[in-house]
Amino acid sequence: MAMPRWFAPLTVVVAAMFAYAPISIANAPIESTMLLVQKIFYFHVPSWFVMFSGAFLCAGASVRYLTKGSREADHYAITGAELAVVFGLIGLITGPLWGRKAWGVWWQWDVKLTLALVVWLSFVAYLLLRRFGGPGSEKLAAAVGIFGAVNIPFVYYSVNWWRTIHPKTSVVPTLGPGMRGTFWFCTLAFMLLMVLIAALRVRLERHRALVNDLYLELED
Amino acid sequence: MRFLRTILLVLRKDLVVELRSGEILYTTAFFAVSCVLVFAFGFVREGRDLQDVAPGILWIAIAFSGTLALGRTFERERQSETLRALIVAPVDRPALYLAKLIGVTTLMAAVELLIVPLAALLFDAPLFRHALMTAALLAAGTVGFSAVGTLFAAMLVRARSRDVLLPILLYPLTVPVIIAGVRGTAALLQQPEPDLAIARMWLSLMVSFDVVFITLALWTFEPLMTD
Repeated sequence: MAMPRWFAPLTVVVAAMFAYAPISIANAPIESTMLLVQKIFYFHVPSWFVMFSGAFLCAGASVRYLTKGSREADHYAITGAELAVVFGLIGLITGPLWGRKAWGVWWQWDVKLTLALVVWLSFVAYLLLRRFGGPGSEKLAAAVGIFGAVNIPFVYYSVNWWRTIHPKTSVVPTLGPGMRGTFWFCTLAFMLLMVLIAALRVRLERHRALVNDLYLELED
Repeated sequence: MRFLRTILLVLRKDLVVELRSGEILYTTAFFAVSCVLVFAFGFVREGRDLQDVAPGILWIAIAFSGTLALGRTFERERQSETLRALIVAPVDRPALYLAKLIGVTTLMAAVELLIVPLAALLFDAPLFRHALMTAALLAAGTVGFSAVGTLFAAMLVRARSRDVLLPILLYPLTVPVIIAGVRGTAALLQQPEPDLAIARMWLSLMVSFDVVFITLALWTFEPLMTD
């Protein structure tokens, strides 16, 4: 079970991108109303992109696991859920830091914050279930992954009708040219980092399953 | 036909067991009443409740007592492995799910018959001004909550730490139902005139939630309950 051939070159590319990211962010023009604080945006928004990608990876892999019973799909599902939780945590930490300076409050019950928090909680629940549910909890966890992803539009609409103040999604296309480049550069760096971590984590999970099988065989 | 018969048989079995012992109904109902009281002590100041507090307390009591009812219902099936017996019976699995869903919903409805008038009385909330709309909101919300809850509680029967895992899994996933229930009920209680259009909007959100999640549960119940 060697790493795929693209792994080493991609690691170099991602490392270089993350090394250049601070320079690119420093050179990006300063936003007129929020000034320097707005720069956290270049890491904050890409973290959310990775979290939602992780959530959908988990849900897609869970569907495959439930229908086909493929264990490989289950490895992808747990990888997706862990990525969602880790990058969601980055988003949940950088968000309030930004919000405190931009809005004057740490937290707002706005649609994007609440949606992110609820989705994040769903995948924390997914991991708790896998950790403490005992044997056979992978299947149950797969249902949680699917339900968590299907729930996203419902949470979105219910919180949206409830209240909203977050910058609109349309903020990204209206960014100044200097800011837009940096933003997409950071997003690409985060997405590639996600691919790297996912490859590592899936490999680890494969090994874990293999060791487990060998253990069982030894006992029989 | 066979499908309907299975649902009726399982439902009848559950109701007969419950009617003879009354265990889940009495304990859950008392728990829901205590819940309403605890929240009342938290939110009522100088004899007057905060504005808009009744719908929130009502729905929290429904969610909490519903969790308890779900846990107890399947704990009963765990003793002597009766759930396994149901699963290996040569009947459609989705019929088992639907029977359990109807059973849990009936139990929760019985509890609501007690706590809705209680909330109306304690918080002076005009819940019966549009009784039909209140009933529709409660029905849609309860079905949505128990649709997700029944599937998870059934699957957790074999899991470790199921008591704590059920609410952990259930609450994040039923956030839309809780928001819709609370806001829809609040729109109905609005003074001086209820906002029926808003209540209808929340009702439609809950109905679509019910349809999507019951379909999803029926589809996943079969692969999930097979070893």
